[in-house]
Amino acid sequence: MKYFIKSLAVLVCIFMIGCASKRQPYDYTAFKNSRPKSILILPPINNTVDVKGTYSFYSNASKPLGEAGYYVFPISMVDELFKENGYTNPNDIHSIPSGKLREIFQADVALYLVIKDFGTKYSVVSSATVVTVEGTLVDLKSGSTIWSGKATASSEEGKDNNQGLAVAMLSAIINQVASNFIDQGHKIGKITSQRLLSGGVNDGVLFGPRHSLYMTESK
Amino acid sequence: MNKNIKFCLLISLIYFTGCASGPKPLYSWGDYEDQVYSYFSGGPIEKQILDLEKHAEKTKAAGLALPPGFQAHLGLLYSKVGRDDKFAQQLDIEKSNFPEVIPFFENIANKFKKK
Repeated sequence: MKYFIKSLAVLVCIFMIGCASKRQPYDYTAFKNSRPKSILILPPINNTVDVKGTYSFYSNASKPLGEAGYYVFPISMVDELFKENGYTNPNDIHSIPSGKLREIFQADVALYLVIKDFGTKYSVVSSATVVTVEGTLVDLKSGSTIWSGKATASSEEGKDNNQGLAVAMLSAIINQVASNFIDQGHKIGKITSQRLLSGGVNDGVLFGPRHSLYMTESK
Repeated sequence: MNKNIKFCLLISLIYFTGCASGPKPLYSWGDYEDQVYSYFSGGPIEKQILDLEKHAEKTKAAGLALPPGFQAHLGLLYSKVGRDDKFAQQLDIEKSNFPEVIPFFENIANKFKKK
């Protein structure tokens, strides 16, 4: 019986250590000083040739932050307001002073997104869809950056690279014939968005006030 | 000893599963993200309204919560098809569920009324 309890304790310990995230130390001082409740996501700057990337990724950005426990401003309204005031280019939007954004939206922080990769790169035997995005959170009261991160996702992850040539070419053709509307970039972008903006991931955003793990992070 | 090892493994499996699955989602998102993308892509607004209304009903029936921005977005769609009363109603619901948005709505009070 004693041996059984000891071995159980050891097993539980092993799993607890395994489950605990092995985090690189990220300096969350500024984030903790800010403790935002609400996030204004600005239309992303798109540095790729696929223009669909802008609103595709924009549409996928709210969910992980909402689930992390923040209020996320309705992006369709935000976008409409900018357009009605002559701001159609995200580069111009990103240049608006933080004080002005604070005055209009009364949000605690703004999320600045820059899309570095969006879309499908074709070769003879593969077509990889990659979405890479950088994000920065700026406290609108102080104008200071409280967090920044970068994430990527690819359709080729976990794929079997030992396929025969014929199978590989067939897969490439099938992948190329993606639905025009909800396309691969949009689907892969959801993964990128989750990796970039979810609460509790390595070097990710801290949980917000609506989440049960708010303010539970270790010093 | 065999029985004890099996029990150990079972406990560990249960613990590990608990670790991996994580907490319940805060909100019921449905295909809201794709509906917003459809809006941005110029998709048919009446259909988006119907789909979002359906999701709202299902969510309410299941006792779950709609995500931040959902009601406001649906309100915007109503304003696009001239249903200003429904627009105002949706904004009120958004404000009561998410008071963080109240100052913003006050700033843009008359913005979306006439379309």
